[in-house]
Amino acid sequence: MATTATAPTTKSWSGGKSPFNVEYGKVMMWYFLMSDAFTFGAFLISYGTIRFSTNGWPDPNEVFKSFPFAPEGMNAPLVFVSIMTFILIISSVTMVLAVQAGHNMDKKGVVKNLIWTIIGGIAFLSCQAWEWNHLHHEGAWWGSNPFLNHDGTASSTNFTNYFFTITGFHGFHVFSGVIINIIMLIMAMTNKFEERGHYLMIEKAGLYWHFVDLVWVFVFTCFYLI
Amino acid sequence: MSNEAVLHAPAEAGLHHEAHGDHHHEHHHETFISKYVFSMDHKMIAKQFLITGMVWAVLGGLMSVLFRLQLGYPEASFPWLEDILGKWAEGGKITPDAYYALVTTHGTVLVFFVLTAGLSGTFANFLIPLQIGARDMASPFMNMLSYWFFFAASIVMLSSMFVEFGPFSGGWTAYPPLSALASASPGSGTGMDLWLIAMALFVVSSLLGGLNYIATILNMRTKGMSMTRLPLTIWALFFTAVLGVLSFPVLFSGFILLIFDRNFGTSFYLSDIFINGVGALPNEGGSAILYQHLFWFLGHPEVYIILLPAMGMASEILSVNSRKPIFGYMAMVGSLFAIAILAFLVWAHHMFVTGLNPFLGSVFVLLTLLIAVPSAIKVFNWLTTLWRGNIRFTPGMMFSIGFVSLFISGGLTGIWLGNSALDIHLHDTYFVIAHFHIVMGVASMFGMFAGIYHWFPKMYGRYMNNTLSYLHFWITLAGAYMIFWPMHYQGLAGMPRRYYDYSVWESFKQFAELNRFISTVAMIVFAAQLLFLFNFFYSVFKGRKVTTQNPYGSNTLEWTTPVNPGHGNWVGEIPEVHRWAYDYGKDGKEFISQTTPVGADESSH
Repeated sequence: MATTATAPTTKSWSGGKSPFNVEYGKVMMWYFLMSDAFTFGAFLISYGTIRFSTNGWPDPNEVFKSFPFAPEGMNAPLVFVSIMTFILIISSVTMVLAVQAGHNMDKKGVVKNLIWTIIGGIAFLSCQAWEWNHLHHEGAWWGSNPFLNHDGTASSTNFTNYFFTITGFHGFHVFSGVIINIIMLIMAMTNKFEERGHYLMIEKAGLYWHFVDLVWVFVFTCFYLI
Repeated sequence: MSNEAVLHAPAEAGLHHEAHGDHHHEHHHETFISKYVFSMDHKMIAKQFLITGMVWAVLGGLMSVLFRLQLGYPEASFPWLEDILGKWAEGGKITPDAYYALVTTHGTVLVFFVLTAGLSGTFANFLIPLQIGARDMASPFMNMLSYWFFFAASIVMLSSMFVEFGPFSGGWTAYPPLSALASASPGSGTGMDLWLIAMALFVVSSLLGGLNYIATILNMRTKGMSMTRLPLTIWALFFTAVLGVLSFPVLFSGFILLIFDRNFGTSFYLSDIFINGVGALPNEGGSAILYQHLFWFLGHPEVYIILLPAMGMASEILSVNSRKPIFGYMAMVGSLFAIAILAFLVWAHHMFVTGLNPFLGSVFVLLTLLIAVPSAIKVFNWLTTLWRGNIRFTPGMMFSIGFVSLFISGGLTGIWLGNSALDIHLHDTYFVIAHFHIVMGVASMFGMFAGIYHWFPKMYGRYMNNTLSYLHFWITLAGAYMIFWPMHYQGLAGMPRRYYDYSVWESFKQFAELNRFISTVAMIVFAAQLLFLFNFFYSVFKGRKVTTQNPYGSNTLEWTTPVNPGHGNWVGEIPEVHRWAYDYGKDGKEFISQTTPVGADESSH
């Protein structure tokens, strides 16, 4: 450019630097999350269309009403899943604190909050494992659905088919997130980020973790609330 | 590879050059493995994609020759077929199962392995860093992984051809229930499992590549290279990558549901299936149409993933060899954008006859026909770029003009097929085969050939033989029209696609001679491609050497690199860009490189 551009908007796109002032990894992470949003979107829309075209559907208050160590026949609809959801959201808060600590080059804060995030993730996965195990003992699995429709008629196996596939796929994302966070923790503890002079990797791991959290809100809504 | 240097490059442009200057020296003692096998140089990865794509093109092309043999000579038997196909051609006649396997694998291989990985894998890798002025891709390591996932996908797909019951044979679209039930056809068992694994690996490869292309184009442009100074190739490859990143995951979801249907007793896509000898299956409540929605949500953008790189390269080559600026640069970018958006909104035009609500169908008709607008803008801009140009008929230019010709011919029949009422008659006939082979298959192949011929000197530092190139061009162009033009008439007469033998149908007996003609031409065209391969590989080693840095008098940055650029592309600093890529014939100068500063008394474009 012969003359120096005056407007900052022109400058940020004129080459020689990132237009968003972020390094390539974060651009990739954002595009990856968009891509992954399409994956989950496809799953949930498939679920919606099949459910819409099916005559009856089980009542989530009847299906998800148990609690670990609770006496037989206890009726606590959606209490357990609410706790799961709460744990996951709290783990997002600790992730934010870890990213914040990273901005301040506060290694101790990063390590502490990452540990809490990892604990939250593992707690969520354990809850999910318990719930799956419990449902499996009730006879629910891919291809078999013991629950009845609202009106008492036999229900489509697609209820359990979609439930296990989509929550399983989400759980796999949480699992990968936990692994990523453990790697971040090890890198933080071995001073990898201190040497680099920045904690950008924590930010990218944070983006992924928040995304997984956000997806859960939709999965939760589709399977437990509606 | 100094990943770190690349990581910080965009933010700290000043440090960029020193950091890379250092790592340039590191590569003087590269081993064979790190240079040719697990290379992280985008130019080498591009060549790996190209060569692998060529292997697949030969295999996929050979398959079409084999099934054209069956279609052209349904009565005859060829003993040599039994020699190469064994039990699939007992007595020298291709069995129906083998015929369907050939058709299916031909489609899968050509669409995904040749025209997606082979085309945008090659040219996105090769051209993006060179044309935007970057040392390499944003993440060379992910770029390498992208190729090796593609390679793994290739190996799995290839191995599916050697399993006992053969590869998948239910059509490249893999509709359930043929793809969901192992008992549906011989290829639906192990063959389909391998098909799914290969495609899943392919999606991973495409995602790794696409994220890299996007991040590189957005973040790594050299100083002065604003988005509106990018060559159109880069714009096209950018939209291609975005399309891939957003549409392949939906296919991936569809495949996951399919895997569950196949292996875990679910019925996402299955409902009310009755198998002879088995009885009614327990699977209920699913919808085979759901798979079609998920498939075509990728499937239609996929068409543009294939076509856009060809469009971008044709735009660039037409402008360079007409010695004129591209006509309507911003309109070209805008129409690429419009096509990218519309690509996501038209998928159900593949499903007009599935029982889709006619009202919904009419919405998809409207959106589909809207694509004619940006397509026409592009066509007219190409023609007006040629108009009164000082045309140099290089082989690359010939193939670019051929691309425009094929895009017009094939695009016009798209307007027919986009109408849901006409589609009732034309659906699944040879008219569809003719349409998509011309507009997407052959046109994109022409774009790929144009790119190979045009950038061969940059890739290998040598020229290809022109006589063989022209021969290749004319045989392929004439052959493509001779193969696919008659298919329009067959399709209008109602001849369905994917049939094994038309001679037993009274209505289609009249086409026996025509089918034989098409098959004969197909063989000749296939032979012409071997000519191209000979030319290519001979020239890689023995071609005339390139002695000038910029043999075409081109404006773009790749021609400011050394004749044989090393890893890092530019010796010393990356040039700064001062103008757009299309200053041809301006102010009496034949061409003005993008690196030339704008003069004080220069007119603005």
